Amino acid sequence: MNQYLFLYRGAERPTSPQDAQQVMQKWITWLEDLSKKGHLQDRGLPLEPTGKVVTGTQRTITDGPFAEAKDIVGGFSIVQAEDLAHAAELSKGCPVFERNGYVEVRPIMKM
Amino acid sequence: MEHFDPLFRRESGRMVAVLTRVFGVHNLALAEDVVQDAFCRALEVWPFRGMPDDPSAWLMTTAKHRALDVLRRERTVRNFAPELSHLLDSEWTLVPTLDQAFVSPAIQDDLLRMMFSCCHPRLKEEAQVALVLHILCGFSVGEIAGAFVASHAAIEKRLTRAKKVLAESHRLFDVTRADEFSARLPAVHRALYLLFNEGYHGASPESAVRAELCGEAMRLAALLRDHPLGATPASHALSALMCLHAARLPARVDTAGELHSLFEQDRSRWDRALIAEGQRLLDLSATGPDLTEYHLEAAIAWVHATASRTEDTNWERIVSLYDMLLATRPSPVVALNRAIAVAERDGPAEGLREIRSIPDLERLASYPFFPAAVGELEIRMGRPAAAREHFETALRLARSPMERRFLEQRMAACKLNETQVIP
Repeated sequence: MNQYLFLYRGAERPTSPQDAQQVMQKWITWLEDLSKKGHLQDRGLPLEPTGKVVTGTQRTITDGPFAEAKDIVGGFSIVQAEDLAHAAELSKGCPVFERNGYVEVRPIMKM
Repeated sequence: MEHFDPLFRRESGRMVAVLTRVFGVHNLALAEDVVQDAFCRALEVWPFRGMPDDPSAWLMTTAKHRALDVLRRERTVRNFAPELSHLLDSEWTLVPTLDQAFVSPAIQDDLLRMMFSCCHPRLKEEAQVALVLHILCGFSVGEIAGAFVASHAAIEKRLTRAKKVLAESHRLFDVTRADEFSARLPAVHRALYLLFNEGYHGASPESAVRAELCGEAMRLAALLRDHPLGATPASHALSALMCLHAARLPARVDTAGELHSLFEQDRSRWDRALIAEGQRLLDLSATGPDLTEYHLEAAIAWVHATASRTEDTNWERIVSLYDMLLATRPSPVVALNRAIAVAERDGPAEGLREIRSIPDLERLASYPFFPAAVGELEIRMGRPAAAREHFETALRLARSPMERRFLEQRMAACKLNETQVIP
């Protein structure tokens, strides 16, 4: 089994309390399902939408994440899969898609 | 049907009510933003950290912290609730004030305050109901439009206007003033009654949505009864009528999603616990001189609830209750229901005569159960051809697939009768 990083990006805000609750429930179900099937190595963590970016030889510090709103990373998980194609397939059930977000699947380098 | 606990909707109402009290009613939109933030936060955190042990407390605490941020950041540029402003201005009193605002008994009062504020006399009844559903029950514009089978744009317009009126009212309703409380109480009763009716008789094709509207109306009515000034005979009667009607819901729409009229419902499926609760509340309502329309409607529902078969119904009693109801709140729908009861008591010919003599009968022109009722009586008169025509009219007016299927079945019954009368 190989390890892959799922970056959850750019999810839109829910449209109503009911909507938020349903999406939240889907997230919990999806992660639990991955976990039961032995694919979830690390559930991961949510990220604040704010932050600082430090750039250049001058180490200039600016506000906010580098990405635009539609690309902001909202959280990440580490999954185990046979190969990259399999990992990408596993991401398809992620509720982030229902909020116009996307999943970036990145193989974690083997040491 | 899978039971879904509408936790977020319920908490939305509670949070908006508290935050509006703290921020002031003119900052309703800000309160809604903070609530939205709290839900976003839950949505981001819970999947990774797991559901908190007490989700409701988690949301409340999150909203409180967010409110503190907003107050600290904006208190120099924005006016908050005037009656609290001196407490919010100082860092010494800010946190304790918010802590106090977010405890349970305070929140109950805030919900009631908001309920009364939503029933502002400058708002039409339909706007009041939409506002209650939006603010206190956490329904989005789209969800209200779905439940009322109205267009998104129409509901949005109605809510925007209503919120503007609410925001311009400067202060939330003061629920401690007994005179103002009792003056506004009838409007609140009416809004809750309409909310319940929308669920019970409304046009939404989804029975789950309708059951939820009924549930919300019952929850808010119970909240009203819990307040010393709100526990009036009329409040009890209103709750009683909701319980006694809700008791019939499981038989009214069966597991296959088919609608059944009162006459053909499987009465063993009526909810006995709700009937008992309805009776208890009806007893409580029978104090003092007030005999409201809610008393009368609850009493009618009670007569039905205690008849184990349609033919055991005390139609004499029902007709006389409808007579009183017509005197209290004249309406063509009430008159139609009375005529149906008369038909049960005196036969279909009398029923049809009563129907023809209903004043402003034209107001029933778009109500599918008006021609359907005439059709039923025509069947019993042995005139299936006439009955068919009425059911066809009803079918054209049907508002949901469920109503359509119900009426199609009734039309099929006409055919059956036609073949029966041919020797």
